[in-house]
Amino acid sequence: MALPPEAAGHAAESSGLRGGSAHKAGQRRDSVVIRFAGDSGDGMQLAGMQFTAESALAGNDIATLPDFPAEIRAPAGTIAGVSGFQVNFSSNEVFTAGDEPTVLVAMNPAALKANLDDVPPNGVIIVDKEAFSEANIKRAGYTSNPLNDHSLDKYQVFQVDVTKLTTTALHDTGLNNRAVFRCRNLFVLGMISWLYQRPIESTVRWLEGRFKKTPDLLNANVKALRAGYNYGETTEMFASSYEVPPARIVPGTYRNITGNTATALGFVAASVRSGRPLFLGSYPITPASDVLHDLASLKNFEVYTFQAEDEIAGVASAIGAAFGGAIAITTTSGPGMNLKAEAVGLAVKTELPLVITDIQRAGPSTGMPTKPEQADLLQAMYGRHGESPIPIIAASTPADCFDCAYEAVRIAIKYMTPVILMTDGQLANGAEPWPLPDANKLPEIKVEFRTDPNGFMPYIRDPETLSRPWAIPGTPGLEHRIGGLSSEDQTGNVSYSPANNELMVRTRARKIAGIAREIPPTTVFGDQNGGDLVVLGWGSTYGSIREAVKQIREKGKSVSHIHLRYLNPLPSDLESQLRKFKKVMVAEMNMGQLLKLVRADYLIDAIGCNKIQGRPFKVSELTSRISRVLEG
Amino acid sequence: MATALSRKDFVSDQEVRWCPGCGDYAILAQVQRIMPEFGIPREKIVFVSGIGCSSRFPYYMNTYGFHTIHGRAPAIATGLKVTRPDLDVWVVTGDGDGLSIGGNHLIHALRRNVDFKILLFNNRIYGLTKGQYSPTSEVGKVTKSTPAGSVDFPFNPITVALGSSATFVCRTVDVEQKHLGEMLKRAHQHRGASFVEILQNCNIFNDGAFNELSDKQIKADHQLVLEHGKPLIFGKNKDKGIRMNVQRAEVVQLGNGVTEKDLVVHDETNLSLAFMLANFEAPLPTPVGVFYATSRPTYDGAMNKQLADAKAKSGTGDLQELLNRGDTWKVN
Repeated sequence: MALPPEAAGHAAESSGLRGGSAHKAGQRRDSVVIRFAGDSGDGMQLAGMQFTAESALAGNDIATLPDFPAEIRAPAGTIAGVSGFQVNFSSNEVFTAGDEPTVLVAMNPAALKANLDDVPPNGVIIVDKEAFSEANIKRAGYTSNPLNDHSLDKYQVFQVDVTKLTTTALHDTGLNNRAVFRCRNLFVLGMISWLYQRPIESTVRWLEGRFKKTPDLLNANVKALRAGYNYGETTEMFASSYEVPPARIVPGTYRNITGNTATALGFVAASVRSGRPLFLGSYPITPASDVLHDLASLKNFEVYTFQAEDEIAGVASAIGAAFGGAIAITTTSGPGMNLKAEAVGLAVKTELPLVITDIQRAGPSTGMPTKPEQADLLQAMYGRHGESPIPIIAASTPADCFDCAYEAVRIAIKYMTPVILMTDGQLANGAEPWPLPDANKLPEIKVEFRTDPNGFMPYIRDPETLSRPWAIPGTPGLEHRIGGLSSEDQTGNVSYSPANNELMVRTRARKIAGIAREIPPTTVFGDQNGGDLVVLGWGSTYGSIREAVKQIREKGKSVSHIHLRYLNPLPSDLESQLRKFKKVMVAEMNMGQLLKLVRADYLIDAIGCNKIQGRPFKVSELTSRISRVLEG
Repeated sequence: MATALSRKDFVSDQEVRWCPGCGDYAILAQVQRIMPEFGIPREKIVFVSGIGCSSRFPYYMNTYGFHTIHGRAPAIATGLKVTRPDLDVWVVTGDGDGLSIGGNHLIHALRRNVDFKILLFNNRIYGLTKGQYSPTSEVGKVTKSTPAGSVDFPFNPITVALGSSATFVCRTVDVEQKHLGEMLKRAHQHRGASFVEILQNCNIFNDGAFNELSDKQIKADHQLVLEHGKPLIFGKNKDKGIRMNVQRAEVVQLGNGVTEKDLVVHDETNLSLAFMLANFEAPLPTPVGVFYATSRPTYDGAMNKQLADAKAKSGTGDLQELLNRGDTWKVN
């Protein structure tokens, strides 16, 4: 999503392999959506990620959406164990991983069954023929072999002997059957790479890194990859290969990045730029753990990662680190947010800088841990005891997680407050090309510890930001005590004065509300002076909403899009912007949480567009809803 | 370092608000008295506490202090100590704060061996919430929440600490000022998590819980002072000892052929002995002193070493290089 504005003209046209038998060599396609699906042990995520990397290197714009099962290894061959990875690559700007795959790679009957509903008529299905054994067919819940019973007649089905071809290619490697079987994903990757003219050298390099210590496995994987590629070239199975030319992307140097990695890097960048060590206190939880993993390997950046005994200790240790002067963060998902709430209240009261990252997943309770949702917004806003306002920032794309993580740290320090950073499972594991920022041009993050004992009190405030001084242990003459008990203005001494309590509560609220001063003006995609409808969104719905609004606008309709990064405080011009439109629709993956805030804060009679399925909005779902709203 | 500090340098300007007669006063006085001996500047000292009567402690110390939330002090102190190994960190907690709501943090801080002191004031009752039984209250305890007597089997803080692989475990009594001072010194000397159980009298809700150990008339017959390398002798006339009878400890009267040589000699490095002593019940005396002390790398030390090693190996991280990692491509 990094095209120059003039290139962002028309919607990506899904075409892929469609066109039946009239294939010629190197046919051109604007945009293709491939979904790799197989057993969770089949390595489909790896194949998908590597294909994405190849496509990014080929200059396409891309967006990805992994779809993991909640079970690590559900029984092989069952629907519960199907793992999927969808990538949309295009010569145009892409906003989503695509509503439906133009190509489905299904490694077994369960993968076929679990994904078939999403494949459009005449879509391409590539299957590992040998995986359609009687047992596997039964395990997937089929009563007859779908490859023979004409149930797939409306699709273009390619049956490839993936297992046999991989085994043959690796017959002289000396690996056992199990190890050979595990190279099937590389064979498929090679085949699909040929089909879409992706060079495989970057994958070979990647394999060399991964199997540095096991040369026999490296050899086998590279062999399988090349075998798949050569199979595509020599066989007549596929009538032609396809070219998806590079997109017109803003000049610069790019890398492919997932939301979780971008989040981790954003924190490290903030730490380096502020000159303070980074401390992450965290308890493993899906889909947040990768931030912990990423940061754990960056110790030479002065990054401390503490895998705590529980969620509470995760945030509590971060509060301790913040008290000591570190850039302190904790990462979690919804259930962990619940557990951290009391400690976050302590950080609000003691006014310590801290970033709490909520990588949302579908709830309630354990819910669907690997699926995205946006139902923690009101928890972030209000999910604490007492009056405890907290700034909230939400990332809208995987790469945007970098900027938002960085911004969250900046605000936390400037205003001496905990900040909640919200992403979700879709952003966390989804990927897109990221124009590499110049580290020296990142916004300044100024850390000024109080050192002067003269006139020092823990709760005297900066007149502009209302933040209190960051006075860290080790500073002579500033010895002081802070705590959760209500405390007196300025001195911070324990106080039960009713008037003082109200003063402190209101002052903290004013401090947070004041952050709105530096929130940039709201940008409207579409009708700058108002129109029939504006779709308001936040977080990972960005791509789907933008694409849907674009498509409807191309039909000449008046629909616009506003997407929020700052959810608390809301931008001060948001109300006036929304009022320019006849109708306001809030699209979000919950039952209407931002909708409630908008209605309550502005008394605007906004309507909701909601989905709670653990799946992102399809563009088609939004376009049909928008059309209906426009019609009346 | 500047001029030597005195006790009053550690007295904060806040009015102490424990109930008159509370054992906490004695502990506070001794801590303030002992601090100057450590020769650490006040700004380098941090007291972190949770919630409960004991947890008001930091407000009264003229050092850095953090009165946090119920049970979480060890976790907060861990984050602080790991990132600020230069600080002298003390955790103050109670039997409810440390062993009930915060039990999880306590045991993990001990097993990790984070280099701080944990002072657990054990009064076997909930004081701040006005008199409910605690996880160290004895079975049958009648309180507001257990009118028919508690059916809850209590924790023994020493065995909890030993079972959590703590590297320094001791017990002392609030009014035993000299012994308390010695234990604080030993705890401070130790590198790693030092666990100090301080038996503390709540004169409002559980008065006299440790009378046997604090009443001058009788304490000598009930208190066994542990000293490394010395035989286990107690009693007003120092005439009773602990002897092993096959695999069980028993009290013996010295004389009539029983000599010191027959007695168990205390060895702080013997974990099995520490467990046995910790489980002493009447008629055996209640041991006070250092049950166990061993040396193990600290968590904060090991983590900082990993950071230092990473920097030595790869150099201090270069942000631009980090951002540019992986496969990149140029678009012109």
